[in-house]
Amino acid sequence: MTNVQIPDALLVKNYIAGDEKSLGTLITRHQSRIYNFIFSKINDRDVCDDVFQDTFIKVIKTLKSNSYNEEGKFLPWVMRIAHNLVIDHFRKNKKMPMLRETEEFSIFSIMSDDVPNIEKQMITLQIENDLQKLIQELPEDQKQVLIMRMYQDLSFKEISEQTGVSINTALGRMRYALLNLRKVIDKNKIMLAN
Amino acid sequence: MAKIYSKKSVADSNMKPKKETISFLLNYSKALSYLKVSGLKVEVIAN
Repeated sequence: MTNVQIPDALLVKNYIAGDEKSLGTLITRHQSRIYNFIFSKINDRDVCDDVFQDTFIKVIKTLKSNSYNEEGKFLPWVMRIAHNLVIDHFRKNKKMPMLRETEEFSIFSIMSDDVPNIEKQMITLQIENDLQKLIQELPEDQKQVLIMRMYQDLSFKEISEQTGVSINTALGRMRYALLNLRKVIDKNKIMLAN
Repeated sequence: MAKIYSKKSVADSNMKPKKETISFLLNYSKALSYLKVSGLKVEVIAN
């Protein structure tokens, strides 16, 4: 008995006319070529299945809505749809990359929490406390300028107006305050790093 | 001896989509129909 293969064009015609089995035949006939084409571009079986499914959803919709242009051949047409969907996938992936955890790659190596953990918070608090103690040791005029500049965020112009000294004097006091702080830190070997 | 650096294709030429994918497509096709409502094509999915 000869096994005559029904041409794609006839299957498409029958499917449009309402023969659902024709779609099954078309999918069975071409699934390997289409799937392998998608896989050769994507290399991920799950995504590949999604693209394959989307491809045929488009095929089904086009055929059922009578929008199919019979001029072209069925397989190249489906391949073109698959190709476009692969491009769409990469476009989407570029905007929002999908990462999978593997043995060599841990998702936590690129994911980080911006909120400092308890240890870091405690260290920061300790450093701030130590620094405040050191500032208290500074001569009164230097301490005043430093606090106004760093903690009250005043400009040197405002500091000079409030303390009744020139801007240059305020700048000089700030400079000496920082130099003295550095000296005390070096002398006592205090670690002020987080 | 010369090494072959070209990567062997991971794709097996006989790979096929999952049975569930095919089954979904066939069921989707059966459920989908188009209705013409005042000159517009409306997609209808039968549950």
